[in-house]
Amino acid sequence: MGRLSGPLADPSGDAGYADRPERVGFFTDTSVCIGCKACEVACKEWNALPAEDDVLTGMSYDNTGQLGASTYRHVAFVERTVDLGMPGLAGDGGDATEVRWLMSSDVCKHCTHAACLDVCPTGSLIRTEHGTVLVQEDICNGCGYCIPACPYGVIDQRPGDGRAFKCTMCQDRLGVGLQPACATACPTESIRFGPLDELRAEADERLAALHDRGVDDARLYGHDAGDGVGGAGAFFLLLDEPEVYGLPPDPVVTTRDLPSMWRHAAAAALAVAGAVAAAFVGRTSR
Amino acid sequence: MGLRDVLAGWPLVRQLTGTDGLGRGAAARSGRTDAARPRTADADTVTASVCPFCAVGCGQKVWSRDGKVTHVEGDPDSPISRGRLCPKGSSTLSLVTSPSRVTTVRHRRPYGTEWEDLDLDTAVDMIVDRVLDTRRRTWQDTDDQGRYLRRTMGIASLGGATLDNEENYLMKKLYTAMGAIQIENQARI
Amino acid sequence: MGSNMAEAHPVGFQWVMEAKRKGATVIHVDPRFTRTSAVADLHVPIRAGTDIAFLGGLIHHVLENEAWFTEYVRAYTNAPMLLREDFADTEDLDGLFSGFDPGSGTYDTTSWQYEGGTAPPASGQRDLEQDDAEGSAEEAHEHERGQVAGSGGSPVETWPERDDTMRDPRCVLQVLRRHYARYTPAMVHEICGIPEETFRRVADALVRNSGPDRTSAFCYAVGWTHHTVGVQYIRAASVLQSLLGNIGRPGGGILALRGHASIQGSTDIPTLFDLLPGYIPMPHAHRDEDLASFIESNSGRKGFWGDMDAYTVSLLRAWFGDNATADNDWCFDHLPRLTGDHSSFRTVMDQVDGKVPGYFVIGENPAVGTANARQQRAGLANLEWLVVRDLNMIETATFWKDGPEIETGEMRTEDIGTEVFFLPAAAHTEKDGTFTNTQRLLQWHHKAVEPPGDCRSDLWFYYELGRRIKQRLAGSTDPRDRPLQDLTWDYPVDAHGEPSADAVLREINGSGADGELLPGYTALRNDGSTRCGCWIYCGVYADGVNGSARRRPGGEQDLVAAEWGWAWPMNRRVLYNRASADPSGKPWSERKALIHWDADAGRWTGGDVPDFPVDTAPDYEPPEDARAAEAIGGAEPFVMQADGRAWLHAPAGLADAPIPTHYEPAESPVRNALYGQQANPARQRFDRPDNRLHPEPGTPGAEVFPFVFTTFRVTEHHTAGGMSRWTPYLTELQPEMFLEVSPALAAERGLEHGGWAHVVTARSAIEGRVLVTDRATPLRHGDRVVHQIGVPWHWGPNGLSTGDAANDLLGVALDPNVHIMETKAATCDIRPGRRPRGPALVAFLADRRRAAGLED
Repeated sequence: MGRLSGPLADPSGDAGYADRPERVGFFTDTSVCIGCKACEVACKEWNALPAEDDVLTGMSYDNTGQLGASTYRHVAFVERTVDLGMPGLAGDGGDATEVRWLMSSDVCKHCTHAACLDVCPTGSLIRTEHGTVLVQEDICNGCGYCIPACPYGVIDQRPGDGRAFKCTMCQDRLGVGLQPACATACPTESIRFGPLDELRAEADERLAALHDRGVDDARLYGHDAGDGVGGAGAFFLLLDEPEVYGLPPDPVVTTRDLPSMWRHAAAAALAVAGAVAAAFVGRTSR
Repeated sequence: MGLRDVLAGWPLVRQLTGTDGLGRGAAARSGRTDAARPRTADADTVTASVCPFCAVGCGQKVWSRDGKVTHVEGDPDSPISRGRLCPKGSSTLSLVTSPSRVTTVRHRRPYGTEWEDLDLDTAVDMIVDRVLDTRRRTWQDTDDQGRYLRRTMGIASLGGATLDNEENYLMKKLYTAMGAIQIENQARI
Repeated sequence: MGSNMAEAHPVGFQWVMEAKRKGATVIHVDPRFTRTSAVADLHVPIRAGTDIAFLGGLIHHVLENEAWFTEYVRAYTNAPMLLREDFADTEDLDGLFSGFDPGSGTYDTTSWQYEGGTAPPASGQRDLEQDDAEGSAEEAHEHERGQVAGSGGSPVETWPERDDTMRDPRCVLQVLRRHYARYTPAMVHEICGIPEETFRRVADALVRNSGPDRTSAFCYAVGWTHHTVGVQYIRAASVLQSLLGNIGRPGGGILALRGHASIQGSTDIPTLFDLLPGYIPMPHAHRDEDLASFIESNSGRKGFWGDMDAYTVSLLRAWFGDNATADNDWCFDHLPRLTGDHSSFRTVMDQVDGKVPGYFVIGENPAVGTANARQQRAGLANLEWLVVRDLNMIETATFWKDGPEIETGEMRTEDIGTEVFFLPAAAHTEKDGTFTNTQRLLQWHHKAVEPPGDCRSDLWFYYELGRRIKQRLAGSTDPRDRPLQDLTWDYPVDAHGEPSADAVLREINGSGADGELLPGYTALRNDGSTRCGCWIYCGVYADGVNGSARRRPGGEQDLVAAEWGWAWPMNRRVLYNRASADPSGKPWSERKALIHWDADAGRWTGGDVPDFPVDTAPDYEPPEDARAAEAIGGAEPFVMQADGRAWLHAPAGLADAPIPTHYEPAESPVRNALYGQQANPARQRFDRPDNRLHPEPGTPGAEVFPFVFTTFRVTEHHTAGGMSRWTPYLTELQPEMFLEVSPALAAERGLEHGGWAHVVTARSAIEGRVLVTDRATPLRHGDRVVHQIGVPWHWGPNGLSTGDAANDLLGVALDPNVHIMETKAATCDIRPGRRPRGPALVAFLADRRRAAGLED
C-alpha cells in the first residue's frame, strides 16, 4: 500500500476502495484528430467553466494555449514542414517537402502516481474509485502546492477564485455510467474513453496498424506502466516526438523521493492525531 | 446523524480505521464528491432534437428543467452522428440560453436614432399594414407587352436555410398568394 | 474537392475517418491546406477557380486510357447518342459553343440537342418567341429549365439516334474525347499549378478504385458552387463519375455537403424565386398560358417528370383547397408570374435603386453574409421598412446605427428612412418541425421548452401574418385579393397561439379525396382528387406515421438505417440505385450490391428502397405511346431524365455549356491557357459603380490587384457568425479575423506574423491579423507565381468577437444557371498594417479604383 512510484496495478484499491469499478481512462489517438475542438467546448459546457480571454495567439489555430484552471482540454496545433529526402517536383534542385499539421487534444494524465495528490495537504486531491485523480472543490483551500508538483503543468489556480482546478474526467458522469463529455462529443473517436486495460490493448493494435502502413513516426506516450508516473490514466498516440506537442519527454512524479523524506514527519503527525482522536472517543463514551 | 456517524465520517478517522492508510482516496472523499451526480439526472424532460448548425443533421438530446434547457448533447441513437457533436453543436446550450438573445420586440422609426420598445401584437399589426399598403402601391396586373403578371415587385424576402420545412412552406405559400415573387434564401447566396 | 469537410462538417467526417481506418484513400484537392488536408492521404494544392481543368484532366485520362466502365457507360449514359451536325465545340470556336449571341451574352441551345431528338421546350420557346420581344425572357426561360434539369429532369421528347459501338465521330463519347483532348497532365500543370506526377497519382488512385468491385465518391461544398461556372463544376464531376460508373452505387456518388441545418429543405420547399415546392418551376409571364400549356412546356413525356400535371394540380389544391377547380384551371392564375431574374442580387440592386420598399430577413445576415456586403447595406438603407427575425442583434438589424458606412461618413443615421422591426425568434429547442439534412433526410425536432419573452417561431409569425391579412381582406372585392381569400390557412393552434407544425407537415405530405394521408407521390392525380404541398415529400406521413420523427436506434439497424427519419423521395437513401445492378438486374458485383431484380417475386429488392418502378422487369421495353413511369425502360436507371440516362453531354437545360469547359474566374490574375475566351461568356454581370470588377489580366490596371483570394469557414464559427460570434466558448477558440498568407507573400509584401494587414479590392478594404503559414502554397502558373490569400468570412462588427467582413471585398458576378455568386476565387492586393478608417477609407478606395482604371 502507498507506493509513490513504479508500476501499480490497482491505484483505486491502493487508495482504499474495497468495491471498485475498473480503472478507466482516456486514449487520445492523435492520428485521427481533426482539431475541431469539440472536446474543449463540450467540456466547458458540461462543467460550466468560465470562458477565457479572446486572444489570437498566432500559434496556428491554437488560441487556447495551454491547459489550466478553466481549460481541461486543450487542442495543440503543430505546423511542420518535413524534408522528404528526395528531389522535389519544383525543378529548382531542392528536396521535396511536405507540410504536416499535427493536432492533439491534451488533458490531465490522471497519473498512476500523481504528485498533485501526494502533496495536497487538505485531502482535496484524491484518487477516485475509478482510478482517476480528482480535485474536490469543497475541500481545496487554494494553497497551490499541487501546481508546481505536476510534471505536466496541468493543474492551476483559477483567478478570482483561488482554488485549483483540472479535469475531473467528468466524475459526476462516470458515477451513472456516462462517458466524459469530451469523449462523448469527439467526432472521430480520437478521444476514446474506457477501462484502461482495454484502451492499452486498443492502442497497441492501432500502433501496429499504423506501423504496418508505413507511419513510422507513430508512438505511444504515457502508455508504459514503468514510466516516471507509473503510466498515465490518459495516454496518447503521437505522430512525432512528445516535445513537438509541448509534452515533457520523460515526466517523473515529483514526489518519487518523498517517502524517505517524510517518513519521520509522518510518524510524528500520526501520533498527535491519534491522541486527538482518543480524546474525542473518550468523551463520547462518557 | 449520530455523533458516531459524524466521527466515522471524519477523514482522519476513516484513514486510520479503513483501508486508505495514506488518506488519498476513499478516506478523503468529501460529501460533495459522494453526492456528485450529473445535472441531467435532475431534468424534467429529455427531448429528441436535431443540431441547428450545418446540414449533417446530428441528433441532439435536450434536457430541461423548470422550462429551461439545462443541457444539450449528441444523441447516441442517431445513425448519422452516433452521439457526437462538433464544437458548434457542442455549444448549443450556450446558443439557446445565451444572455445575448434579444427577447423583446425592438422598433426603429424611419430616421430614428435609437431603438424603441413595441408590443409584439402591435408590431405584427404594423407589419400587416405595411405589407398591404406596399402591395397596393406596387401592384402589377400586366406588363407593357400585355403579359399577365399578377404580382408585386415591392416586397422581398430573404431567409429559410435555418428554418424548418414547415416554416418555409408557409412562407412560400403566403408570399405566392400575396403576389410577392422576390423570395430567396441562403441556398442562393 | 471544393470542400473542407473536416472543418465544415466534422461529424459527417467521422465516416471518412472510419473509411480511412478501413483502408480507403482520402485525397483533398483544395487551394488551402486545411484540417481536412491534415488527415488526408494526399493534399493537392490547386489554384482557386481551376477545378474544371483538373476534373477535365481526369476525364481526359479516363478517355485516353479507355479506363471507363464500358458496360455501364454504354447502357446507362448518353455516350452512344449522336449529336446534331451543326453542334460546334469550344475546340472549334476558341472557347465558345455553337449558338452564342455576343449581343445578349446568351446561348441559343438548339444545336446542343441530339440528332433525331427534339426537346419539348420547343413548344415553350415557340410560345416565348411569339410574344416576347426582349431577349431577356428567353434567357430567363433557359434558366428555368436549368433548375428542372438540376432537380433531375430535362425534357427530351423523342428517342434520338445512337451508336452503341460509340465510334461514330458525332456520338457523345467521341465528342467528349475531342473536347478534352488538350486537358493533358501538362495542361493541368499549367492551369492548376499541380505537378504532373501528383496529378497522375490522383488519376491512378481514382481509376484503380472504380469499376464493378469498387466505387469512389466526390464530396463537394460551396468551394465548387460559388463560381461563375459553379454548375459546370458539378457537371464535370458528373461526367467523370458517370464514365467511371460511380453513380447510383454504394460508396459512389457526388455528395453535396450543404452548410445549414435545412438548406436542403429550403430548396425542396423553396424560399426561392424561381421554384414552387418540389422543383416545379414558377411560371413565367405570357399573354395566354393555362396550366396545360405550362405543363406541356416544362415536363417531359417520359420518366417521373411526366406526371408534373398531377404534382402541380395537387399543389394548387393544397394551397387553394376547394376553391381550386377544373373550371378555374385549378387556380393556376392565382400564381404570380416571373419576367426574368428576380434573385437576391438583382433584388438588392433594385433596393439600392429605390424600387423595393419592403424586405423580410428571416434567420439571415446579409449585411455581412452576402457578397458585396456594402451593396447589401446600401440596399437596406434604401427601404421603407425592414423586418428582421433572429436570435441575436445581428448587423442586418443595426446597420443604420453602427454600420461601417456610418463610420466612414457615407451614411448618417438620421438620413436613413428605413423603418426596422426586430422580432426575436424562437430557437430550434423551442419549436416543433423538420430539418432536411444534406442527404435529403427529414428529421423532426421536438419542442423542449417554450420560447422566452416575445420570441416566437417563424411558423407563428407567418401564420399570424397570413391570418391577419386574410382577416383584413375578407370583405374585399378586388380580384387581386382573391388568391389570399382563397388560400387555405386553417391550422390548429395550441394554448400559446403556436400553429401545429404537425398539421403543416400533413398538408405537405398530402391527402386523398377522403382526407386520408397519401402513401407516396405515385398516388397523386391530376383530376383534383389529391392535395399535396410538396410532391417529393409525399409519403413522409404515410399511414399516419410521421416518418421524420422515427428514431429507431442506429445500432439496431443496418448501415442504411432506413428507420431513422425519412429521406425524400420515398425514403430512398441512394438515388438512381437501379444503376447498382447491371442491365439484366444483377448486382455488378457482390461487394457493391445494393438492389437487384428478383425474377421469382417479379420485383426489385435489396438493401434500399428501389429508385425504380418496383415491378418493371429489366427486359421491359415501353410501348411507343407510353407516358411517365410506364415509359421507363427496364434498363434505364436515371428515372428523372427524359431518356433514362446519365448525361455526359447535356442536350438541354443549361445556359452556359453542354460540356464542362475551363474558364477563368471573373477575376483572375492569368489568361485562360486553353481558349481565347477568358471567362464564362454567359456569366451574369452587373457593371455599376457599386460593383466594379477588376480589369482582365494583361489589360491596364490589372496589376493593381495581383493576388488571388478565396473565402473559407473554420470549424469554430458558423457562416456569418449569427449563431457563433455571440457564444463565449466559440469566440475564445477563434477570437479574431485573420488572413492566411504564405511566407513568400509575407516577405514580398512585408507582412508580419501576428501583425495587421489589409486586403484591398475595388469594392472595399478589410483588415485582419496575419497568419504566415507554410500551409499556404504559392503556385506556379507558367513562369509566374500566383499567391493565394485565405480569408475567413465569419466576422462582422457585432457580437463578442468582432472583425471586418470578408464579403465587403467581393463583387457580384453570377453563374447564369442558378444566379450564385463567385466567392471562391477573386483578385486583390494585400498591404501591411491596418486599413484606413473613416472618410480616409472612402478616399483610399477611390484612389485604388482610379489606379486600376475603373470608373467611379
